[in-house]
Amino acid sequence: MLIVKRLVYAVIVWMVSFLPVLLYAQDSVYNEILKDIEVTGKIQSPQITTVIPSQTLSGKRLEQLNSYSVADAVRYFSGAQIKDYGGMGGLKTIDVRGMGSQHTTVLYDGIALANAQNGTVDLGKFTLDNVQQISLYHGQNDYLLQPAYAATFSHILSLQTRLPNFENNKKYYLQSTFKTGSFGLLNPSVLWQQQIDSTLSFSINAEWIKAHGRYQFQYSANDFDTSGSRQNAGIDAVRAEAALFKIKDSTTEAFTKIYYYQSQRGLPGAVVSNRFYHPQQLWDKNFFTHTQYKKLLGKKYTLLAHFKYSNDYTKYRDPEIVTSSGILTNTYIQQEIYTSVAQKLSIKKWWTTGLSTDYIFTTLNADIDNFLFPERNNFSASHSHYFRLQKLQINASLNFLHVKDKINSSIQQEDITRLLPFVGISFKPFYNAQFALRASYKESLRIPTFNDLYYTLYNSRYLEPEYAKQYNAGFSWIKKTNIPVDSITVAGNFYYNEVTNKIIGFPSASLFRWTMMNLGKVSIHGAELNISADKKIAPESFINFNVNYTYEKALNTTKGSDTYLQQIPYLPRHSSTVYGALNHKKWHMHYSFIYTGERYFSPENIQENYLQPWYTTDISIGRELKWNNVEQKIEIAINNLFNQYFEVVKSYPMPGRNFKFIIQFKL
Amino acid sequence: MYNKNIVFLLASLVVIASCRKNDQIPNNTQPIPVTNGFYLLNQGNMNQNNASLDYFDYASSVYARNIFKAANPNTDVLGDTGNDMAIYGSKLYVIMNGSNKLEIADAITAKRIKVVTIPNVRNITFHKNKAYVSAYGNTLNASSANGVVIEMDTATLSTTRTIEVGRQPEGLAIVGDQLYVANSGGYDAKNYERTVTVINLNSFTKIKNIDVAINLDKIKKDKENNLYVSNRGNYNNIVPKLYFIDTKQNIVKDSFNIPVSNMTIAGDSVYIIGTVYKPVTFEAVHSFNIINTKTRKAEGAGFITDGTEKNIQSPYGVAVDPVTRNIMVTDARDYQSSGNVIIYNAAGKKLQTYITGLLPLSIVFTTK
Repeated sequence: MLIVKRLVYAVIVWMVSFLPVLLYAQDSVYNEILKDIEVTGKIQSPQITTVIPSQTLSGKRLEQLNSYSVADAVRYFSGAQIKDYGGMGGLKTIDVRGMGSQHTTVLYDGIALANAQNGTVDLGKFTLDNVQQISLYHGQNDYLLQPAYAATFSHILSLQTRLPNFENNKKYYLQSTFKTGSFGLLNPSVLWQQQIDSTLSFSINAEWIKAHGRYQFQYSANDFDTSGSRQNAGIDAVRAEAALFKIKDSTTEAFTKIYYYQSQRGLPGAVVSNRFYHPQQLWDKNFFTHTQYKKLLGKKYTLLAHFKYSNDYTKYRDPEIVTSSGILTNTYIQQEIYTSVAQKLSIKKWWTTGLSTDYIFTTLNADIDNFLFPERNNFSASHSHYFRLQKLQINASLNFLHVKDKINSSIQQEDITRLLPFVGISFKPFYNAQFALRASYKESLRIPTFNDLYYTLYNSRYLEPEYAKQYNAGFSWIKKTNIPVDSITVAGNFYYNEVTNKIIGFPSASLFRWTMMNLGKVSIHGAELNISADKKIAPESFINFNVNYTYEKALNTTKGSDTYLQQIPYLPRHSSTVYGALNHKKWHMHYSFIYTGERYFSPENIQENYLQPWYTTDISIGRELKWNNVEQKIEIAINNLFNQYFEVVKSYPMPGRNFKFIIQFKL
Repeated sequence: MYNKNIVFLLASLVVIASCRKNDQIPNNTQPIPVTNGFYLLNQGNMNQNNASLDYFDYASSVYARNIFKAANPNTDVLGDTGNDMAIYGSKLYVIMNGSNKLEIADAITAKRIKVVTIPNVRNITFHKNKAYVSAYGNTLNASSANGVVIEMDTATLSTTRTIEVGRQPEGLAIVGDQLYVANSGGYDAKNYERTVTVINLNSFTKIKNIDVAINLDKIKKDKENNLYVSNRGNYNNIVPKLYFIDTKQNIVKDSFNIPVSNMTIAGDSVYIIGTVYKPVTFEAVHSFNIINTKTRKAEGAGFITDGTEKNIQSPYGVAVDPVTRNIMVTDARDYQSSGNVIIYNAAGKKLQTYITGLLPLSIVFTTK
């Protein structure tokens, strides 16, 4: 078995990477920094001194956004655009700071979700039922103890699932939720956390999502409006996760989990003149098993090891394409083994070093004609030094990536081998004020996907990875006051990103055949401002208010291009989110507003390619109840309150006003 | 940008207004052999619903963009992914592949007359007051891999007869009372079609399948009533070529090592644009060949003679004015931005360039 062989290989790589650090990890001086910054179980309070900007949604705030999926929640991060094809089953991918969705890696419990086929993750597939924290990092964070592969990306979107949490000396926690509403949504879910003994516990979480997905939309062209109903938009999905946790006196943290997701969904397609309906269907089966082991050895050395195997099955059926062997049906199976060893050593109280090595092996099988059955060996390593002085913090890393592909062909893609530096600095000029300045520089890659390289039949051509440079400068300021608010947080960032060797598709010979080329260059100037304020207005009443604003000038700077110096498609110059929450005794109310400015859906900034700005308002109100020791929560939410018809992606209309009811029991 | 569009719209209205003098009785327009301009169909990008129609008026030298929109205000647009266009009698027929429709408009005013829904419609030709339309979608049997040819009456604009042909039929040509259909089989990379289906239009029955080559595409008739058929190859070891069919015997008589992405025949010449890609570098090499239909030989270095072909980034369509023999070549540029139409005189010298819509594909000439 090839997989077994690779596994042995992986283990060897693993062992070798251990040795050097093990050898010099003898000393045992307790380090406070360690304790301070790497407690994964607790939600981090915003760290203003991080060298890169980051944004986090967690706890009550995440709950109250009453988002259906991770994609809905991520819209509240500044600098993040969700490319949303609309509806319950519509593809939703993230694009951060205008660099393209493949420049953001999506981590699930610390490990990148497998996506060698197309380099993107459908965030619509991940509901918030079992997610307790979502973070977006524009670069590498300061924890050092993290897998190496993520460090080769420009941005990291990290999803952290719920850890067992037992309150009031209870040995278990039970939660059951039922959501229903527009689109024929039926969404029951259960969560059961059980303590086995003082160090061992397990968690089981399962949910079923069923919706017909139909909604009214408006088709507008040439001052001609007509309405239609989105058809073939249904979804029937099941997600189940089970995990076993071992947590021992803050020196050992381990879990092993299995994850399964299965869905069948309609692909409602583009709404164009005379054609509102499409019959294509998609089936997914995603399975993975993931084990994490984290150990504090001595007092200065920490080890974090991951092992993950994933198997992703996709079937696509297009009844509109009848081939000589019947209706077009394609299946794809992607398998991946992911091993990672991260280590951290505290050399001095103010100096920490880290070394991570990852090995990922991916295969893709498909039953399409002339398929090349690609395999990918991906080695990455990251070596970091983190200095934490009184006023100054510096994080410097050197990241390494080596990618080697193999295909069923006499021509092979050349290997990719790169070194990518990162340096970040944070400076806190005043002793008494919570004010910090930061600056960072990072180089990163977007390696060509299997689709880029091997989708076209024979002439797999050599493609360079996309190469990105990121510059960021910003500040954070937290002020605890009484007037007019209790606390206010202000953060601002200016950034410049440059992506060269951008991979762009061109038709070759005919529109039936596309060839990918390293042709483009994009330069992005951006600025973002985040303001958050809290106030206690009465003994049991709290208000929280947030505003994010992003300005982005993302220009095509490809020399000789017909659209030189024009704003790239789907990137608004201006975007903003506002959200506010009011908690009064057992009541809570939430309000949010999302604005995305005018955009163009094609590279040319002309009237014909113009997309109107869109802005939606969502509100919700809920109440907590208690009955016979069972805590309950009921909530009603109205999304797109003013029923605006809009498109995020050209020809893919979004739903108008829609409702959701939630009832939850906790025991 | 917006103002520029207004100018275009106004300009197009002027053009249309000037054509509209006899628009009360459009069916009585008798063609006389004088061309007064051409329509240009911009294909648009898939799923973007942005195909468009331009009109170039020779007398005023006004190139008007988006005239279908202007001529049909407050109604639906042309739609998604135009694929073919023709004028027959007083009507303009536009094949909209992505919108599954055939748009029929007045040939002078471009005002919509009728929309006919045809799944995966591809090409159109005419004979004796009937239109013949090829389509991948099989309206006789939706589960069949075979495509169809639909016959429509050009007066009533209703379907009269439908016949099953090969898989994914493309180009159509008529010789005598016979219809020739180039089958591609493009949905099966391992099992392309390789025939031209010959249909007797009186009995509306298949009379022969002519074996030509895999993945056939365009088919054009010359003055001697013989046919030139192009194929796309398999994008690998079988290169695209051009074939000659003798219609008296209905067999392939000749072939040319010339890649064809589009072609047209005028007088004794076949004008061909094509692109091949160099191995390794994948650099595109464009060719602008001309074949003499009498000698069946490629002539000289091509039909562009002043060296300006090097400015053409992505040749996409070619048409020749039947009266002046001026040659129009369209350039799709980067396939995402506005294209160009470049007008050459009969001797292949560049006269003028105009900016078109997205992916300028097909040109038809209008007569007074």
